[in-house]
Amino acid sequence: MEFFKIRKDIPFMRHALVFNVISLITFLLAVFFLATKGLHYSVEFTGGTVIELAYDHAAEVQKIRSALEQAGYADTSVQNFGSSRDVLVRMPLKQGQSSAELSKKVMDTLAAEDKSVQLRRVEFVGPQVGRELAENGALALVVVCLGIMAYLALRFEWRFAVAAIVANLHDVIIILGCFALFQWEFSLPVLAAVLAVLGYSVNESVVIADRVRENFRKMRKASVTQIIDNAITSTISRTIITHGCTQAMVLSMLLFGGAALYYFALALTIGILFGIYSSVLVMAPIVKWLGVSRQQFILPPKKDKQEAVV
Amino acid sequence: MNRYPLWIYVLIACALVLGFTYTLPNFFGESPAVQVSSVKATVKVDSALLARVEEALKTANIVSQGTFLDPNSVKVRLADTDTQLKAKDILSQSLNPDRDNPSYVVALNLLSSSPTWLTAIHALPMYLGLDLRGGVHFMLQVDMKAALTKRLENLTGDIRTQLRDKSIRHTGISREGTNILIKFRDADTRSKARKVLEDNQQDLTFTEQDLAGEEFRLTAAVKPEAVKRTQESALKQNITTLHNRINELGVSEPIIQQQGADRVVVQLPGVQDTAKAKEILGRTATLEIRMVDEENSNPATLLAAQQGQVPFGDEFYTERGGSPLLVKKQVVLTGDRLTDAQPGFDGQTHEPAVHLTLDGPGARIFKDVTRESIGKRMAILLIEKGKGEVVTAPVIRSEIGGGRVQISGRMTTTEATDVALLLRAGSLAAPMEIIEERTVGPSLGADNISKGFHSTLWGFTAIAVFMSLYYVAFGLISVLALSSNLLLLMAILSLLQATLTLPGIAAIALTLGMAIDANVLINERIREEMRNGATPQAAIHAGYERAFGTILDSNVTTLIAGLALLIFGSGPIRGFAVVHCLGIMTSIFSSVVISRAVVNLTYGSRRRLEKLAIGNTSWK
Repeated sequence: MEFFKIRKDIPFMRHALVFNVISLITFLLAVFFLATKGLHYSVEFTGGTVIELAYDHAAEVQKIRSALEQAGYADTSVQNFGSSRDVLVRMPLKQGQSSAELSKKVMDTLAAEDKSVQLRRVEFVGPQVGRELAENGALALVVVCLGIMAYLALRFEWRFAVAAIVANLHDVIIILGCFALFQWEFSLPVLAAVLAVLGYSVNESVVIADRVRENFRKMRKASVTQIIDNAITSTISRTIITHGCTQAMVLSMLLFGGAALYYFALALTIGILFGIYSSVLVMAPIVKWLGVSRQQFILPPKKDKQEAVV
Repeated sequence: MNRYPLWIYVLIACALVLGFTYTLPNFFGESPAVQVSSVKATVKVDSALLARVEEALKTANIVSQGTFLDPNSVKVRLADTDTQLKAKDILSQSLNPDRDNPSYVVALNLLSSSPTWLTAIHALPMYLGLDLRGGVHFMLQVDMKAALTKRLENLTGDIRTQLRDKSIRHTGISREGTNILIKFRDADTRSKARKVLEDNQQDLTFTEQDLAGEEFRLTAAVKPEAVKRTQESALKQNITTLHNRINELGVSEPIIQQQGADRVVVQLPGVQDTAKAKEILGRTATLEIRMVDEENSNPATLLAAQQGQVPFGDEFYTERGGSPLLVKKQVVLTGDRLTDAQPGFDGQTHEPAVHLTLDGPGARIFKDVTRESIGKRMAILLIEKGKGEVVTAPVIRSEIGGGRVQISGRMTTTEATDVALLLRAGSLAAPMEIIEERTVGPSLGADNISKGFHSTLWGFTAIAVFMSLYYVAFGLISVLALSSNLLLLMAILSLLQATLTLPGIAAIALTLGMAIDANVLINERIREEMRNGATPQAAIHAGYERAFGTILDSNVTTLIAGLALLIFGSGPIRGFAVVHCLGIMTSIFSSVVISRAVVNLTYGSRRRLEKLAIGNTSWK
């Protein structure tokens, strides 16, 4: 079986400008949504209480809401979660209220209404913890970016490092933009997914950078554009198959993983789809514009030859 | 060209055999068990206890599937949950004859059902996190400011007492922020006071300050190392207290850990009654010293009191030994004045005793009270949940000054240790606040396991089917490599006993999905070499050699992201990161070394290899 019978190099670079305009627009849209709508942070970041309940029968969200309001819990959000029998109650932080009393009182209130209610999960996060998590998350993002750039600069060239990080941060912003646009819940696992995607889609850039370097040594007469086109074309089948396989796994999580893994898998899906696009069609043009040339790779081949002699 | 030296095959075989052995316990599941552990430091878990447990079960006709002794507990494996519950009741009855003062915790637990030889080589199932097995997780923050304030107040009292003992006149002592301010009328008195205090208070530094008027000030500040010591001991005492309280809950494997400078993490697997858990954690126990009402204590009044007719101003209690006691309601001293309690022996009689240390004001009150009541009895009460218990009611023999109190008489060494522990750890050194709570019901835990398992299973199947169709024999080899990756990853997780959470399972799935990249790279490269006219053997060789650099680079970048998550992440993220990082390591080994070994075994020895079963390569 073979999906990719490509005999000639596809002239990706000819349309580079178009691709860059497209990604600039999506990027700006993502930033726009982040700025206007903001992320819908989960309780882990904002602090507060989440109570997951299960009923024997379809739960009446409206009744639960009014029961809680009567018990004096304002600003409470009650919604179905996963199935019609599962309910998620979210409560903001309140001064002077301990979590110990809260979840018990809520359960007592609801059990008075309907005996079949069952407590599935309680999560309470105090304000200081939330702030720390947000700070650490941002710090992790910065460290990942710097670490990857340093490694790529060391292994390849600073131009590749800059291009790869620009391409992949663009992915991250687009994932966050989607979460802002649809107001999906941004939780700790989603943050983990975002960082994992960052590490993963850099792979893409590494594969292409590797091929560009190899081509510079092999294709002595080709122009920079030809070299990049050839590098992308000859790795495109690998790119799509790898991403397809990873996506199959993520899709399986999306379908079978339940509510707990849903947003995690969703963030990965967006990241994987945009990862293909960005590392191929964003990174390569940037590398070219930063002025990559054969001279930068002249030294290494000599070293290779020496090793071969030994 | 495509042959590996023997040692690589041996290495791979060893890795796979070890991997299989350590993954094995995960397939046996777990069976119900009862765990008996000691509540008290003095009650040891030994083979005598094991014999008692076996004896008790035998008398009750309960068939156990095996009893085990480990350093901290005796575990009994049972056939089903019904027998488990029955065994728990029987054991707690026979081991703890006195229900109010239990010596052992009898808790329900799960034991791995894997054969003993596996357990003997420490092959255990993966350690499941709370989100997979159900339970409660709390993070508590200790109010260090309160601990420090308490210490400062004690010091202020000490200073007052010392100055009075030396008859040094001052015009006022007060606490201001984190300093203690002492005012004097003249500089001479101040320097005299300073000398006395510097000799006695090693934890304080003193600075002098003259105010324009007639005020001469001496400011005492707590040394930074003393502040640190206070906070450390506050945290330690709180952890000890939590340990004692959690023992009451009968949790089989509680985790109580310090986190950072001022936080404590408490994890109670399997606990469902969170309300009770929280109540016990947040409970405050206090110590009270009161006088025994001796005027009204004769057999007749005691009998009447026992039936509910308590004289005015008194309360009725039963001593540890069972004898009735009338105690005055008026409180002489509270536990706030107690700075330490240690078990020990009486200097003269060599009887077991408890040594208490009181702070300055406490010592003064105690001195006054004991002087006035020689020959009378004093009751030491522990008040918990609004209910008091007389710990001991000794007779006062002489006036006791200096804040060092010794409780002795009618006590065994064990009891002395117990009382000291109760007095010391009965209350919290500083208030604590729950700043994070996560409760997962048991059904949700089981759900999470099956969801995680199914996600991985179907994802894996999809990849396996696709790879075998697309790359034929090489696809199958890739799937083999991916399976061994999963095997090794599970073995390492079981071996390290790292906590597996739902994000951890997601990381397993994701790592597998990403690990296939290496094999795709290799297979694509081999195809490309074939198209460019290389012979099959050369294509295999070149494919692996050339792909390796790329595989290494891409895994290093993924690892950088994983490590950052590990360092900065907490809670669910850390569980994800641990598995992710380990998975990257195993994937390099399995996708490069193991798959190459299989390829070498299959093709390496064939002299005339015309074609490779790697899918279509002839379209050029």
